[in-house]
Amino acid sequence: MNTTQWLGLVTGVLFGFLLQKGRVLRFEKQVGALLLKDMTIVKFMFSAILVGMVGITLLTDAGIVTLSHKTMNVGAVLLGGALFGVGWAIMGFCPGTSVGALGEGRWHALFAIAGMVAGAALYAELYPFFDSTVMTWKDFGKIGLPEALGVSQWVIIPLFWAATISLFFWFEKKGL
Amino acid sequence: MKWKTEDGGWSPYLAGALLGLLAIVSVVATTQWLGKTSYLGASTTFVRAAGLLEQAVSSDHVAANEYFTKTKIVVDWQFMLVTGIFLGALISSATDRSLKLESVPPIWKDRFGPSIGKRVAGAFLGGIIAMVSARMADGCPSGHGLSGVMQLSVSSLVAVAMFFIFGAVVAALMYGRRSS
Repeated sequence: MNTTQWLGLVTGVLFGFLLQKGRVLRFEKQVGALLLKDMTIVKFMFSAILVGMVGITLLTDAGIVTLSHKTMNVGAVLLGGALFGVGWAIMGFCPGTSVGALGEGRWHALFAIAGMVAGAALYAELYPFFDSTVMTWKDFGKIGLPEALGVSQWVIIPLFWAATISLFFWFEKKGL
Repeated sequence: MKWKTEDGGWSPYLAGALLGLLAIVSVVATTQWLGKTSYLGASTTFVRAAGLLEQAVSSDHVAANEYFTKTKIVVDWQFMLVTGIFLGALISSATDRSLKLESVPPIWKDRFGPSIGKRVAGAFLGGIIAMVSARMADGCPSGHGLSGVMQLSVSSLVAVAMFFIFGAVVAALMYGRRSS
């Protein structure tokens, strides 16, 4: 293995370790969040986002790393995002957690993984069709919220923090 | 707030915050060693896995496919990241006794019965739908949800809202409004 692969592996082991310790890999946690009954995965995800957002913005401002926005293609993001929600609810895992769930013994995740590999193969065949239909509707490009709103990221981040922390308090009060 | 859960896990706030730190270290490390900032993600790896499997059958077909060519079918940083997630979860669960062989999850069993066949069909079908759409949207809850929202990407904020809204609708239809 080369350096790139080793770096990926080490990062992945830590990622998987934290996903498992946070108990977010399980089917019941994934579906529980979608049923609005158990917000463990939302707490986990947004805690990671709050911390990561500050660090990555500081590093970007310092010129150490670069941002990598995914393109805001309206058809792809709206239709893809909606259909992903459908698949996620049926499967009970997302792509990253399926692999981790298999690691903690939930072997039915293997069939979710097989389905996703099949889905990827299917997408590769359908790509020319989507590329000439859904993806041609409207594309705003690789855009961040600060540029879109014309507001500094350091105005948005404190607001994002305040909203998320309020949400966390509400979850705890409701026992979600 | 407790730092440990009843079954020996960590508070999701703590584990999540540590993942945020990992994400920060990871962007610096990839910039340093890969020469390009890479963000945590998972779904592109499934395209590479499909491409590698298809190559074993017909490498000409893979070479002629526009999407496979665009994605580059190699075992890259993210492929090893996803492999690492499996190992990390195995290590964590094996050392705190939460590793459990499970064929049908409890809430699925309550709703759809103990049939393994039904669960396999659900997992496989859901997997196909989820991956076709994750590739269309160019990301999943890792690439869009974690990495994209951290960067305040407009596409990721919209995608995550769509994931949760449509996921919640389908989950409610599948499992109904049970009072538990």
